[in-house]
Formats: sequence, structure tokens, C-alpha cells
Amino acid sequence: MTVERRGLGSSRTGTSHWWRQRLTAIALAPLTVFLVGLLPVLAAATHEEFVEIMRIPVTPVALVLLLAAGLYHMKLGLQVVIEDYVHGEPVKVGLRIALTLATCLLAAAGIVSVVMLAA
Amino acid sequence: MADMRERPLSPHLQIYRPQITSVLSIGHRATGIVLSLGAALLVLWLTAAAAGPDWFDIAQRCAGSWPGYALLFVFSVCLVYHLLNGVRHLFWDAGLGFELETVSRTGWAVVAGTVLLTAAIWLLGLAVAEGP
Ligand code: HEM
Repeated sequence: MTVERRGLGSSRTGTSHWWRQRLTAIALAPLTVFLVGLLPVLAAATHEEFVEIMRIPVTPVALVLLLAAGLYHMKLGLQVVIEDYVHGEPVKVGLRIALTLATCLLAAAGIVSVVMLAA
Repeated sequence: MADMRERPLSPHLQIYRPQITSVLSIGHRATGIVLSLGAALLVLWLTAAAAGPDWFDIAQRCAGSWPGYALLFVFSVCLVYHLLNGVRHLFWDAGLGFELETVSRTGWAVVAGTVLLTAAIWLLGLAVAEGP
């Protein structure tokens, strides 16, 4: 298979992938610290207490940001892993499509759940 | 292909002596993959909560079981490591900390930081979860 030389690397996106991986990483640093603080509180909670904590605005706002940045960062990262280890073009493309769909599913399910709990 | 022999090769992993630099580098990838599973389970947990008290109780019982705690512990180690080493990556991206000695010093700092922070999280976390 001939690949056009455009200087865009193995996924034809140039450096934008690299930048997004970094930007999401910077956003995730404080967001994951928040998660680590929140989890022990929620881990021992009953459903009623859980909902109560989700109704404090800072909780759903931080969780939605965490899900968006985290899942996008995850998608970008796993894509690099696929590009490094999978060499057949059809399998590679198939896995990338599966990864994109799975990421969208997780993002939609996670964000909708947070919004439902907070509403 | 006589000239092939003159070319530099990538390290042959089976015979290459593991070093702090190479081990931590593959560690970043390994923890990233484990955290991806953690992200999926986090979404599942939130979905269970949104589905109502019955589903949430099931999720809480899974998380509170011994295998659940073991998994949470693995996720916490991976997150702390990936976070600290990720910051190290970001400093490199800014062009800082590339001297060989510094690279290995910050590498050991990440290892020590991971042990200490994970221990602190669990000590504080268990105190919070047990409640007063
Ligand atoms: C939601 C939690 C996270 C998940 C699921 C995750 C997942 C991943 C994955 C799968 C990779 C690809 C690894 C590779 O290409 O070898 C990666 C890379 C990276 N992660 Fe994360 N990560 C998370 C949180 C963080 C945080 C909090 C930081 C903070 C600084 C961070 C910084 C980085 C950096 C800088 C890279 C690129 C490393 C490189 O260029 O090799 N990540 N992450």
C-alpha cells in the first residue's frame, strides 16, 4: 500500500494529536486530584447521600470536565498504542473505529448519568 | 545487505538490561492502559447510580468487596504514577530536565512519590470512608 508523503505521521494528523494529548493531560492533573478526593467520600455513601453530593454544583461540573478530558485523553493515548503494535492496515482502521465508538459511548453514558443525578 | 550491520538497532528488549529510564517509560504506557479500564468502570459506576438505588447497591457491594478493593488499589497506584510521571513528561516537553543525571533522579522521585502518595491516599481515604 502506498502512503502519500505529507509529513503527517501514521494517522495523518500531524502534530495536533500530540498537542491535544498534552492539553488534556494538563487539564487532567487537577481534575484527577479532585477525583481522588471525591472517591473515598462517595465510596462509602448510600444512594441518598450520593445524590446529595451530586447536587452540589461543583461535583457534577468537575465530573463532566473529568469525563470529557479523561476519555478524550484515553482515546488519543490508546490510538498511539494501536498504531505502535498493530500493523495490518484493515485491522488498525477497524480498531480505531471501535475505539472511537467505545469512547463516544462511555462519554455519553457518563455525562448523561452525571446530569441525571445532579438534576 | 552488508551495510545493515553498521546501522544502529533499537534495544533488543530480551537482552537489554532494564534501567530506571526504560522501565518507567513502559510503565507510563502500562498504567495508561490500566487507567483506561478504570475510566470505563467509573462510567459504569455512575451509570449504576443514575439507574437507581437497586443498581447502585449492587455496584457499591462490588466495589466494597475484597476484589473490588484490590482493583481500586491497583487503579490508585496507576493513577498516582501516571500523574507524577505525566508531569515529568510535560517538563520534558517544555525542554526541561533532560540531563541524564536529572532524568534518573526525577525517575526515582516518581517512584518514591507514588509509594508515599498512594499510602497517604489510602490512609486518609479509609479514615473518611469508615466515617466518624
Ligand atoms: C483519566 C485518567 C488517564 C487515562 C485513562 C490516561 C491514559 C493514557 C494513555 C492510554 C496514554 C498513552 C500511553 C502511550 O502512548 O504509551 C497516556 C499518555 C499520556 N498521559 Fe495519560 N491518562 C490519564 C491521566 C493522565 C494525567 C492525570 C496526566 C497528567 C499529567 C497524564 C499525562 C499523560 C502524558 C503526558 C502522556 C503522553 C506520554 C507520551 O508521550 O508517551 N495522563 N495516557
